[in-house]
Order: sequence, then C-alpha cells, then structure tokens
Amino acid sequence: MIMNMLDRKLVRDFVRLWAQSLAIAMVLACGVATLILSVGAYRSLEETRATFYDRYRFATVFASAVRAPRHLKSRIADIPDVLSSELRIAEPVLIDVEGMREPASGMAISLPEFRDPAVNRLYLRRGRLPEPERSSEVAVVETFADAHGFEPGDSFEAIFNGRKQRLNIVGVVLSPEYIYAIGPGDMVPDPRRFGIFFMPEKVMSGLFDMEGAFNDVVLTAARDADTRVIIDRLDEILKPYGGGGAYDREDQISHAFLDAELDQLNAMATVIPPIFLAVAAFLVNMILSRLIALDREQIGLLKALGYRNLTVGMHYAKLVILISLAGILIGSVSGWWLGRGLTRIYAQFYSFPFLIFRQSVDLYFLAGGVSIAAAVAGAAKSIWSSVTLPPAVAMRPPAPTTYRNTFVGALQRIGVFSQLSIMAFRHLLRWPVRSFLTMLGTSMSVALLITSLFSYDSIDYMIDAIFFRADRQDATITFSVDRGPQALIAAAAMPGVMRAEPYRMTPVNLRHGHRELRMSLTGVTPDSDLSRVLDLDLFPVAAPENGVILSERVASKLKLEPGMTVEVELLERDKRLEDVTVVGVAQSYIGLNAYMHLDALDRLLRDGRQISGARISVDEAMLDELYDVIKSTPVISSIALQGVSRDRFRATIEENITTMSTIYVTLAVIITFGVIYNSARIQLSERARELASLRVFGFTKAEVSSVLIIELALIVLAAQPVGWLVGYGLSWSVMQGLQSDLFRVPLIIYTSTYATASLVVIAAAVASVLIVRRRVDHLDLIRVLKTRE
Amino acid sequence: MNEAVFTTRNLTKIYLTGDVEVRALNGVDSELYGGELAVLLGPSGSGKSTFLNIVGGLDRPTSGQVTFRDQDLATLSDGKLTLYRRNHVGFVFQFYNLIPSLTAWENVALVTEVADNPMPPEEALAMVDMEKRMTHFPAQLSGGEQQRVAIARAIAKRPEVLLCDEPTGALDSKTGVIVLEALTRINRELGTTTAIITHNAAIRNIAHRVISFIDGKIAEVQVNDQRIEPSEVVW
Ligand SMILES: Nc1ncnc2c1ncn2[C@@H]1O[C@H](COP(=O)(O)OP(=O)(O)OP(=O)(O)O)[C@@H](O)[C@H]1O
Ligand SMILES: [Mg+2]
Repeated sequence: MIMNMLDRKLVRDFVRLWAQSLAIAMVLACGVATLILSVGAYRSLEETRATFYDRYRFATVFASAVRAPRHLKSRIADIPDVLSSELRIAEPVLIDVEGMREPASGMAISLPEFRDPAVNRLYLRRGRLPEPERSSEVAVVETFADAHGFEPGDSFEAIFNGRKQRLNIVGVVLSPEYIYAIGPGDMVPDPRRFGIFFMPEKVMSGLFDMEGAFNDVVLTAARDADTRVIIDRLDEILKPYGGGGAYDREDQISHAFLDAELDQLNAMATVIPPIFLAVAAFLVNMILSRLIALDREQIGLLKALGYRNLTVGMHYAKLVILISLAGILIGSVSGWWLGRGLTRIYAQFYSFPFLIFRQSVDLYFLAGGVSIAAAVAGAAKSIWSSVTLPPAVAMRPPAPTTYRNTFVGALQRIGVFSQLSIMAFRHLLRWPVRSFLTMLGTSMSVALLITSLFSYDSIDYMIDAIFFRADRQDATITFSVDRGPQALIAAAAMPGVMRAEPYRMTPVNLRHGHRELRMSLTGVTPDSDLSRVLDLDLFPVAAPENGVILSERVASKLKLEPGMTVEVELLERDKRLEDVTVVGVAQSYIGLNAYMHLDALDRLLRDGRQISGARISVDEAMLDELYDVIKSTPVISSIALQGVSRDRFRATIEENITTMSTIYVTLAVIITFGVIYNSARIQLSERARELASLRVFGFTKAEVSSVLIIELALIVLAAQPVGWLVGYGLSWSVMQGLQSDLFRVPLIIYTSTYATASLVVIAAAVASVLIVRRRVDHLDLIRVLKTRE
Repeated sequence: MNEAVFTTRNLTKIYLTGDVEVRALNGVDSELYGGELAVLLGPSGSGKSTFLNIVGGLDRPTSGQVTFRDQDLATLSDGKLTLYRRNHVGFVFQFYNLIPSLTAWENVALVTEVADNPMPPEEALAMVDMEKRMTHFPAQLSGGEQQRVAIARAIAKRPEVLLCDEPTGALDSKTGVIVLEALTRINRELGTTTAIITHNAAIRNIAHRVISFIDGKIAEVQVNDQRIEPSEVVW
C-alpha cells in the first residue's frame, strides 16, 4: 500500500520528534502501567481469593465456646440460611521447634474423620492428611513448614495442656482461613513463630478433654443471608456453653487484612494514574501547539491546495494518536509485566494455593482509551487552531512576539542582571500559562516522590510510638483462660522476669446510637510502666478509676467524645449491656482499642480480680531459662516477643515500601525528564534564531545556553515548594486509603524526605537540560539563520 | 477575446487593526479572461496580494462580488471554497512554501492525490525541468529549483487558473527567467489562465494584459499588442 503524502509527512514528523514523542509516550506509559498494574493486581488478588474461598468453602460466620455438646449440631444447622456448618476443636498451643530458642505460638485445629470438612477445607500441597486414630500425625500450614524447611516425615514438639508431645508431619496444607496468618500479639505475620496444624478430631478431643464436645464452629450462609440474624441465633445457642461473640467474615483477621490490601491497591489506582495522564495531556499540548505554530505556513498551504479542514486537523490528531499508541504499548507491556510480578509477590506474602491472573481485555481498552482521550484533550486546542486558521493568514508569517517591559524592565534598571538573564525572564513571563504548567508538571514529580517516600517516615514514627513509648515490654504472655491474681505473682517469679504487669481482655461490642464496633476491652493498671496508654500527643496517661478510654479511630467511628456515654455489650457475659462514660481518647496505630482501669473492668464483669496475661520485662541473660519454664507451663497459651515482632514488622514493611518506592522514583524521574526535556526542546526550537544570532554576535556557547538554563532553573526552583505542598496533599489522600480498622498510619513527613524528593527532581532536570545543551552547542548557525521564521 | 473566467464588481476588503481601518481593496471592478496571462503591477501595499487571495478563494471580501464563471465566491461555504481551490486553482508563492519534510516528488504528489484529473508528478516536474531532482528534499534545492517544484505542484492538477504571487521575487535574473519560461509555457500549452504579481515592471511585456493597482484600486489596464519572450526581459 502506498502511503499518502500527508501520512508520509506524519511519519517523518514523528521520526524527527522522536525524542520528544518518546518522552511523552513514556509519561503516558507510566499512567497506563500504573493503572494496569494496580487494577490488574487488584482483580487478580480479588479473583484468586474469591476462587480459593469458593472452592474451599470459606466460612461466613465464626464462633467459639468454652465447651459445647456436639448435639447442638442440628440446632445450628437449622438456623435459617445456614448452608453448612462444622463443629471443631481449636486450641492455642506452644510449639517447640528444635534449634529454635524461643517458643513459637501455634494453633491446633481438629479435622473431621473419614470426610472433608464441610467448611474451611484444606488444600493439600504435599503429603496426605493425618489418619484418624494416629495420635501423632499432623498436617501443617505451608508458611510454617517452609519457614522451618519441614517436609512430610519431619517432626516437631507441641505442648498440650502442659504435656510435651512429638508430632509427625504427614502433610503440608493451605487453609482459606489463614491466607494471612498472624500470630497472637504480632503485628505482621511471622511464619517461623506461628504455626497452624491440623489433627484428627478424635485425637484432639482426647488431648483436650473434649469428648462429645466442641469449642469452635464455622459455618457458611446463603449468599444474600443477613449474617447479623445468624450471629444472634448462634450466640443464643452457644450462650449456656461459654459462647457468644460470634462474628462475621468481615471481622476475621486474615480476611480483613486482605481487604485492607485490596483497598490500598484501589487507592493507588485512583490517585496515581490520573496524575500521569494529566501531565501527559499537558506535554502533548505543549509540543503540539509548538509544532502547529511552526507548521503554520504549511497548514495554510495545505488549505490553499484544497485540503479540507478536517483532513488537516486529522493529520495532527494522528500524530497525537501515534504518540499515545506508543505510550499505550510500552505501558501495557510493562504494566502487564509489573502486575504479574506484584501479584506473585502477593502470592508469596499471602498463602494462596494457586494464582489467577486477571488480565481482562477491558482493562487495556480502558487504559488505552483514557490515554488517547487525555492526549487528544491536551491537543484539542492546538488542533482546533490549526483547523480554524484561515489560509491567507496562515501563509503570512506570524507577527513578531510582543514582549512587555513592565516588571523585567525594572529588573534591568537595577543593573544586576545581565542582558542574557533579562532575555530569560522576559521569555518566562511572555508565556505565563505555559511556564506555570511546566512548573506544575515538575512539581508533580516532587509530589510523587514525597508520596512514595513518606511511608518510611510514618512507619518509623509508628515504630517509635508503638515499641518505645506504648508497648515497651520484652514479651507478652497470654493465659489459656483468665486466672486469679496469684498468676501474676507466678509470672513475676519466672526466671529472668524483672517486672510483670497484668492485663485483662474481654470481647465487647461498643455501641453509640446505631453505630457499633467489635473489639477487645483491655483492663490495665494505672501504674503500668511497660505497656502504657498514650494520649493524642503520645504522652502516657493513667487509666482513671472509672470510665473508658477509646482509641482515636474508635472514638471517631462511633462519633464519641469524652463526657459522652458508650453502651458496652459484654460478649462473654450473656451480652449484658452496661453504660460507661468515655473519659479520654488515646492514640493507637494498630487495631481497635478501648482501655479501662483493671479494677473498673473487674467491677464491670463482676467476677473479682482476673487477668488474661502479663507483660514482662526480661533479663536478656536469663532468656533460655525463661523459655524453658514457659514451654513447660501449661497455663501459658502463647508468648509474643516484642523485639522479634518489631524487627519483623520493620523488615516486612520496609521490603514492601522499598519495592513500591523504586517504582515511584522511576516514575517521578520519567515525569521530570518528560517535562523538562520537552520544554527545553521547545524553547530551543522557538528561539533557535535568537540563540544563533547571539552566537553570531560573539557570545560563547555557555553564555547562550545559560539563557535557556536560567529560565528552566527558575521554573524548577519554583516547582519545589509547590511540589512539597501537593506532595503533602497526595500523601494525605493515599494515607486515607491506607486507614483501616487494623492499621492507622499517621501522616508524618520528615524534612529530609522533602529534601530527597527535591534533589532527585533537580538531578533529573539537570540531566535533561544537559542533553538539550549539547544541541545548543551544535547549533548550525547558517542553517538556522537561513530559515524563515 | 475569450470569455471572462473571473469577474469582480466593487470588490472591497477592509482590515481592522485596533482602531485603524485599512482599505486593502477599495472597489475593484475587473475581469480575468480564459487562457490569458495577466501581470499585476503596483506599489507595495496597493492590494495585489489581497486581490489574488480573494480570487483564489483563500480569503473573503468585505463587500462586493467576485464570481468564478457563474459561482459567487464571496458566499461559498468554507467547504465549497476548499473544493473550489482543490479543483480549479493552482498557487505559486514568493517563498515557494514547500513542505520541508516531503521530497520534491512528494510535494507534487501531495496535490495530485486529491485532484480529479491530475498529471503524474514526474510529468509536472519534467515541465519545469526538475525531473532529475525528484527525490531531493527542499533543503537540498536552490531557491529557483524550489520555486520550479512549487510551479510543478501548482500545475500538476491541470488547474484552470494559476495564481502566482511574486514567483520570481526571491530569485536572481537567470533563475527568474527559467521560472517565467515555465509559466509562459504552461499558459501556452495548457491554456491555463494565469495571473502573475510582480514588482518588476520589465516583466509586463510577457503578458497579454497588465493590470496596475494603486491604493486598492485598479488604476490602469494595458493590453500588449506585442509580447516578448521571458528570455528577452531586461531585469
Ligand atoms: N491581515 C491584515 N491585517 C491588516 N492589514 C492587512 C492585512 N493584510 C494586508 N493588510 C494591508 O492591506 C494592504 C494591502 O496589502 P497587500 O498584501 O494586498 O499588498 P500588496 O500589494 O501585495 O503589497 P506587496 O507588494 O508589498 O506584497 C496593505 O496596506 C497591508 O498592510
Ligand atoms: Mg503582496
């Protein structure tokens, strides 16, 4: 096929402008890639989770009891809308792995005999499931197995009711219940220190004295069932057996964490790509209006030759579309590639048995359509001006640019600035809109960098607040059931324990009007020094005699302020309702929290002094002895080690952030490059004659380039404070997307982050200016002066 | 004499620049006849280019009539005007106005692609002796060569009228002669109605008629009994 002449011109224009076109295409590609990456990863993750849930019958309602008879099965199954149910025995245990000093926390869960569980089925990765009657056989979750290099045939020890028993691994499994497996007292998963394993029901009931009984129930409900009704009925049934506090899937830890992750991906999809698309639209606008200004006479000529307005307009639109297509192609491929990578990272972090890549075609069409729309929108004004330009006017060279003398003239009279600087100032002010937009584009890079880097600061601040101000204990031990005050004395007497502080926890529903939140109410002593409740300014506060202190998120979600009354539903006390006065608001970054004086909580629960566990500080030198004692103390069901938790927390978060910020820094550099390089090139083309004349008059190459560089330097400098401001705003909106009931990330941006962002952008700007400077150095004087402007 | 191809009656063009009103054309009554070669003379600013642009459908008059055959150009829509230019008019400009990113051949093909009954680009180029430089880009051609490509581009569609605004303005005498020879040859061989604006009064003698503009009006129309060849023009 022979290309028509206009299309040949198009291709040659495209080739001539390749560097600028590529810069724009890259910016567009970033928008496309981030969109495909985040939406693609979102959909893949969502789909993978949904499929896993569906195939392995993930429960919709969860409940526990102390010891309930199995004959309740039919009553539970008869609750309307319940599709299937599974009665289980689930017990926290301590695990002792050879070669590991500290005890690990574990969860033992029963498996029905001779059939698959009706709810929360297991995916068998390796080996087989334990056989009934074989008392030492277990199947362990993959994360725990991998962390210790366990394979079927290996074994470890667990402490059941104070008795140590060796368990033989026969299978490695995955459970929809523990896609995100977080141990008691931990903030991020630590697969080494948290192991879930499954044993035959008969063996479990023997070990825990549970013949004919269960303490855990999971059930699936019809798709459109009202789970609140099911929860109420279930609580009613389990009430006589120490039950209550059934909860919905939404409150299940693993599920809630995945939800938070999905929300975050969504936030990324809505905040980041629009920035790139806007910047790309601006760049397209900038170079196209320049191109059309340069092509003015050619446009007039084409029309004089009888080309239709539409044909001429389409000619330029095609150039834009060609650039967009290049951007879409680069963006789609890299978005696809990065999306796959990101989904893989997720799959590693979370335990999925399989991965479903959702690479829906509609997404690519969406991204492509949006990009072309953005680019064409940026080009619209220029193309319109090319279409409406009357041919007779177009053929006459444009009137020389009129510069105003007002402000710059005053500068000149001061006499500090050279004529060359004055030229730069004049040019800058002559095109105020373009200068402003260039500045804005550059500030977007600064803003993006701040947005990607601020989480380091926030996490750093969070770690300081949590581990060095609030929870300063070395370890937290949890009893399997609440104990009397003598348990604290026993805990304090363990080897190496220097200080022990009691705490008590009870599940509650807090209610205010129609708003309701489920959480633990924690009783603390006012003289606690290890674990402290912090006020909003992070100063410790002692729990007052009466009343409840709410964490900020709880207070704001329930619309409560100090002095108001909150209704407390005691889930372990037959859902008894008590009115309690809110006496304070506390800062807390993790979970939903409410605190009371230990005495006040005891009074509320009406069973005298009871404690759920203790926070302890430990003499490092005695750790081994302490661990030995803990491993052989039946009442202790779990131990959380603060130091390990902190390191793990930092490592996990930093790994995540480092991956993300590498991507963002790349993106920001691309934007800076696209904006600065393009404006430098356009300035060069607009002022080639002027600059060549300067060379003819005898100015040096350096002096001539300085006219361009001064102008760009002013723009880049002005962009910094604006970028800081926009960066703060973007960080704020990203942070809003990160808030969940599990985490509350504070918005903290250190000065050094602003500085880093600025330095990166300035470096990218300098690099792009240097490239253009080479062109100034090689200006072909004769040729430039011969062409008519 | 042939019948009139163009007729203008009381043709007026007024430019408003700020508060200043410039009467570029101030009531021009004129005819251009089929097959003739007319030279338009006049001092700078007298309205020659304005006249040619209006006649060529590049611009519209403020008032008055301009008809091409029976068509009133003043009232044609933009689209119709475009078709008029495409099908009937060839332009040659003082500064050649070639598309720098297209070769000589391609610049000509740009026009033949959209014309009804064009000649092959190489044939048009041959008429101006440029067939050997077909693959050159404008930057690789001299001024006279560029102008000849521009003429080839104008004639390639076999237009009924050829409008030339100072086609030799940027050229030396020798190249100017070559360009004029191309124009007269086309006028003679193809019978194309041709109007040439020039500042060079010596060129007047190659025309059938000479139309002189002063202050937006036609001051004088002179019919040449004796025409000379371009090569005889004393520059
Ligand atoms: N777009 C415009 N706006 C304002 N005035 C204009 C415009 N175009 C032409 N003029 C004025 O109209 C008058 C006639 O211009 P025109 O270009 O037709 O002159 P000309 O005879 O071709 O002159 P020259 O020989 O210098 O090319 C001039 O005074 C010119 O300044
Ligand atoms: Mg003129």
